[in-house]
Amino acid sequence: MKVGLFIPCFIDQFYPEVGKATYELLLKLGCDVDYPSGQTCCGQPMANGGHAHDSKGLAIKFGEVFSPYDYIVGPSGSCVNHVREHYDIVPQTENIKKVRKGTWEISDFLVNILKVDNLKARFSKKVGVHNSCHGHRGLGLGVQTELNDPTQVSVIETLLNQVEGIELAELDHPDECCGFGGTFSVTEPTVSVQMGINRVADHKKQDVEVITGADMSCLMHIQGILKRQGSNVEVKHVVEILNSEL
Amino acid sequence: MGTEKLISHADHSRNFLSNQLKASWFNKSIWYQRDKRDVATKKLDEWETLRQLASDIKAHSLSKLDEYLIEFEKNATANGIQIHWAEDDKEHNKIATDILKNHGAKKIVKSKSMLSEECELNHHLEANNIEIIESDLGERILQFSGEKPSHIVMPAIHKTKEEIGELFEEKLNTKPSNDPVYLTQAARLHLRDKFINAHASMSGVNFAIAETGSFVLCTNEGNADLGMTANSKLHIASMGIEKIIPKQEHLGVFIRMLARNATGQPITTYTSHFTKPDEGAEIHIIIVDNNRTKLLGEEKFNSALKCIRCAACMNTCPVFKNSGGHSYNFVIPGPIGAILAPVHDIKKYADMPFASTLCGSCTNVCPVKINIHEQLYDWRQVISQKKSAFTFKGMIMKGAAFVLENTWIYDTSGKMGMFFIKHFRWLVTHATPWGEGRELPDIPKESFKDWYKKNHS
Repeated sequence: MKVGLFIPCFIDQFYPEVGKATYELLLKLGCDVDYPSGQTCCGQPMANGGHAHDSKGLAIKFGEVFSPYDYIVGPSGSCVNHVREHYDIVPQTENIKKVRKGTWEISDFLVNILKVDNLKARFSKKVGVHNSCHGHRGLGLGVQTELNDPTQVSVIETLLNQVEGIELAELDHPDECCGFGGTFSVTEPTVSVQMGINRVADHKKQDVEVITGADMSCLMHIQGILKRQGSNVEVKHVVEILNSEL
Repeated sequence: MGTEKLISHADHSRNFLSNQLKASWFNKSIWYQRDKRDVATKKLDEWETLRQLASDIKAHSLSKLDEYLIEFEKNATANGIQIHWAEDDKEHNKIATDILKNHGAKKIVKSKSMLSEECELNHHLEANNIEIIESDLGERILQFSGEKPSHIVMPAIHKTKEEIGELFEEKLNTKPSNDPVYLTQAARLHLRDKFINAHASMSGVNFAIAETGSFVLCTNEGNADLGMTANSKLHIASMGIEKIIPKQEHLGVFIRMLARNATGQPITTYTSHFTKPDEGAEIHIIIVDNNRTKLLGEEKFNSALKCIRCAACMNTCPVFKNSGGHSYNFVIPGPIGAILAPVHDIKKYADMPFASTLCGSCTNVCPVKINIHEQLYDWRQVISQKKSAFTFKGMIMKGAAFVLENTWIYDTSGKMGMFFIKHFRWLVTHATPWGEGRELPDIPKESFKDWYKKNHS
């Protein structure tokens, strides 16, 4: 099984440690991982801002870069969701069809493809999970509180529950949006920040030490708010916790 | 419609959030509705099946809307109801005014109708010297305060009981009080007098049944029934063309869902069925298009016409909860408003589909499974393409796409960007919207790509 590592642009630039943890974790779990260096961005920021028509070249490029791989795995639910759901803007070539089907968010990949049930990791802190919307509702990574469907499972919690020493917080609103929303964060900064403050308050109420999630963009927004508040609550991508040593 | 420059959602929201105490109270009030809805819908094991059924019935009805409307007209007419067709808001208002004038009706009571808000009927009637009294408590409060509804089920949800107490002191001569029981009683006495002395009543329509030619109204206050029974000589109901369902047996699906999803009640207190006028009385129904046919022709967007106006998408929307209903410029606020508004005037309401994080919670609560967040995304594409490519945002997007399509330029500009943020952090934090309430992340010493190259070449 050949895995193409998909490191979204802002993780590449702002959070290289998340890319490293993703890479190391996949290696640890026995995957044959390659990072194709031609990759840039999936096009999501433009498309969510209403400019999908300007991002067609990026979809085609993504198809070219990643089509050689059986699976394309990345640490971002929203980017993966974008590839799967919104690459209908370009002709459905073999490349495009293959990457739309083969692109996976890492926690989903770990649980549903690799069937990981015994992670060897330890993280002795109280952790609150932020369920980022596009992964949560778009990819179905978590339990969607609006639905009356008792069969839903959270892949993130399935993995975190395998981590020794971790304590997961129970939040009042476990799947409320943090307010990042891509361009929304700068076109509607006041609402965006208020929503972030509300999310942070829910986690703080449970005395969490770390807020984690499967989307670094939301976590960047949450981290920005925590830093402005002078809080010592940390933010970590879920792969950083899953990749921690025993 | 005009395309006057309106205050943007972002600016409205800034004003709304500047009163933190009230904003926090509002957020909690709306969460309370969402929580009640969650409890009520989870009591029905078949909830998700009902959603699919309701969605299918509505989709079917829309696919044969012309046939069902004609069937409805035929059956309603046979029952003695008079049917009128209005192409737009102006025609609706004219028809209503003409009927009222023909009957010499000068005092009207009206139960809550979002369609009449859409048509701005009250202004029109008042301009014709007809007194129109809103008989829904929330709507009456807003009539006193001169405001528009901020929510389609709870129109005055933005007003605190203290504010209402002060308003009633001024308008109804009540004692200083914020006791909801006392204030409601005062409103009830005031409205009772209006009901008894009205010359005619008006209402909207929740459901119109093609098979029987009858229509259904759902209220919690019984005010629609009171309006009709206190003075049963003349009633006018306004309905959008999308209110049709084919058969009586379909009604139960929607009745079980509407109140559960709206307010967490198993059913509205009053579910009133109207089939024929009393002896010597008249019932008129004005069937209104007002851009609905235009929307029906939009393949990506026409499922918005399935909406039964439960407002659950507003109650769950995190943007609505933190900006209030008045932050949207359209008569229907929140996610459903944001996908209905552009068809009326794409320029005027261009910012509405962007007043969302596309979180998708609206779609999940929708009882008729409208893909609201996907339509918000799709409207954004339509709106951006209609705008000139030479807008500031358009140029940034094109520039970004150019950079990102070229790996070398991306790698190089990434480094330049990081250098810029690292050395001009103060500027970026203080002169960009990001810095409003947020810090920037620390700048790493190298990108992932550089690290990977160093370690794998």
